[in-house]
Amino acid sequence: MPQSPTLMDWLPTLSDFRGNLRAALAISDSGNRLEKLANIAQHRLGFLETIQLDQAVSRLGALEIPGFSTVRLAILASSTVDHLVPAIRVACLRRGLVVDVHVGAYGQHRQDLLNPASALHQFRPQAILLSLTAREAIAGVPIMATVAEVDQAIDRQVDELRNLWRKARETFKATVVQQTFLDAADPVFGSYDRLVPAAPSRLIARLNDRMSQAAASESVLLLDVARASERNGVDAWFDRGRWFQAKMEVSPPAAPLYGDLAARVLAAQRGLSKKCLVLDLDNTLWGGVIGDDGLEGIVLGQGSALGEAHLAFQRYALQLKARGVILAVCSKNDSATAEAVFENHPEMVLKRTDIAAFIANWHDKAENLKTIATRLNIGLDSLVFVDDNPVERARVRESLPMVAVPELPEDAARFVPCLADAGYFEAISFTVEDSQRAAQYAANAEREDLLGSSESVDDFLRGLEMSVSFGPIGTLDLVRATQLINKTNQFNPTTRRYTGDELAALAAAPENVTLQFRLLDRFSDNGLVSAMILRPDPGEPEVLEIDTWVMSCRVFGRDLEREAMNVAVEAASHRGVRSFRASYIPTKKNGVISNLYPSLGFARVEQSVPTDGATRWYLKLADYEYRSTHIARISK
Amino acid sequence: MTDQDILALFTKIIRDLLSDESITLTMRTKREEVPNWDSMNYINFIAAVEIELGVKFRVADIESFEDVGAIVAQTSAMLR
Repeated sequence: MPQSPTLMDWLPTLSDFRGNLRAALAISDSGNRLEKLANIAQHRLGFLETIQLDQAVSRLGALEIPGFSTVRLAILASSTVDHLVPAIRVACLRRGLVVDVHVGAYGQHRQDLLNPASALHQFRPQAILLSLTAREAIAGVPIMATVAEVDQAIDRQVDELRNLWRKARETFKATVVQQTFLDAADPVFGSYDRLVPAAPSRLIARLNDRMSQAAASESVLLLDVARASERNGVDAWFDRGRWFQAKMEVSPPAAPLYGDLAARVLAAQRGLSKKCLVLDLDNTLWGGVIGDDGLEGIVLGQGSALGEAHLAFQRYALQLKARGVILAVCSKNDSATAEAVFENHPEMVLKRTDIAAFIANWHDKAENLKTIATRLNIGLDSLVFVDDNPVERARVRESLPMVAVPELPEDAARFVPCLADAGYFEAISFTVEDSQRAAQYAANAEREDLLGSSESVDDFLRGLEMSVSFGPIGTLDLVRATQLINKTNQFNPTTRRYTGDELAALAAAPENVTLQFRLLDRFSDNGLVSAMILRPDPGEPEVLEIDTWVMSCRVFGRDLEREAMNVAVEAASHRGVRSFRASYIPTKKNGVISNLYPSLGFARVEQSVPTDGATRWYLKLADYEYRSTHIARISK
Repeated sequence: MTDQDILALFTKIIRDLLSDESITLTMRTKREEVPNWDSMNYINFIAAVEIELGVKFRVADIESFEDVGAIVAQTSAMLR
């Protein structure tokens, strides 16, 4: 069967889909099987293949598997969306999310939200996607309507949406995602449409503008199909036949892309977007091979179409850097030769200082990517690796499946749209902290150098001149703390995940103790890098359970866990708490802290019933010996 | 593609779509005779055929197909 056409050409093709699917289904261990299915999901799949893969996943049933988060997603729609569900689930699996989907009754989104007896209420969604068509929103606005009348009609629609969003959040504490309105309207006047306030295309554009503003003020996330359909062409998204037959607004061939767009937003909300763009050099950042062609021979910059194409790619990388994406280089070259291009080529847009980790040598690229991740102190699953060479790409995919490797087109002119459309760096917010992140990670590399020149670990830690500021998790900390709680797999003894709204509720509950920690050192402000949630046992208010404790891997090995426990013990003692309880629930990824609680003086609680290797720990606060660290405290 | 080729492709698509390897379509098969081949999966089937073969059915066709043979005949006419 020929490969189904797909809009997602950054994903590599899979030569034998059936064989791979059969191989996955033959795996008896459900965790290994899901991992194999997730690996298949990394490939370019057509409409039918997506359905098949989803059915294979569904057969596993509802399960909790280490390394995969689960999400209950409700879709409330005024068009048929059932054919989009497999695509959403497969695209989420691509990002390590296992999604349980509830589709509300067609066009019944208001009733579903308002009626406490609805199936939606029983489902208890953690995320709600509102997928509404523009048709009903703009129906009834006469073509003669003035600007003021149009605005009034649109504001009424937006107010209704706002009420639905609030209802959804109040009732379910769910993340709300609003789909932008797809513009499938046909011209009525022609070019003059743009001058008629009530022309359908103008109404939809205005509606999307006002709705997006409202969404921003309500912390509602957007799924921008309007923009996506502008990029692919509305005919790729909307098929009139399917609308008349089945009231599908998104055509089946566009389903895989729709699923990916939805999954990006859900993943971004859980802090799973990529963080670092790793760039190859020869024939990626410039045309030609610097080692062979020399500084004068490589093609870059004005005067050559190919040179301009590479320049455009560099500019795009720089744009990404400005919004907080870390840039790195991984190239097979002599280091001095490669760096010289950055220093000396007059057309280079990217400068050496833009690159937080620069590796040019003749080693295996997979090994070099590991080094880059270590030097920047981020996970390999935060990397996107861009290389024009298909052999290098295949090699990296093979040995590091968690690294995203876009299938770069052969034509350098298409590099930017390939990377942009892949949506690796999907954001749900943009803050000053984001724009400074690249500098923070460059500081990580400097810290590594200090470590190299230090006599001992103690010497290194002293040399860092660290200080910590801390306090309860406040409103301003919620976005980052939620990101940390959902993203952290290593320093995470319980691997519990909370949405922003759930965390807000936990932080607001007076019986709980929540803490957030920001670590500074002489190289940079690392920002909020650790969070803790302590909750009292209902029967024993003088005992606090460490429900959640996470720490960014960026600050491992700096004694912050010791200082954090000092702080937690003080904060709890002030409240008359006598002891802490804690659990360590082992996963594939949190082995690094298997010794955390004993190292902090907790005693093991023997359990009569063994529970999947989970261990229980106990600390009497009166017996706690304060841990010495090299971290000063900044009082607030 | 002969009509038999198209029929074989249809069988493959419907097996994939419904995850049911026991289905074998004939020219006379009616949709109601195939378990789980509901109206939603009918649209999915039509969409899958259009994607695989690069054809496009008219709305009038889709409503009037009496059996699989009619879909094969229309597909064959579009491929010619």
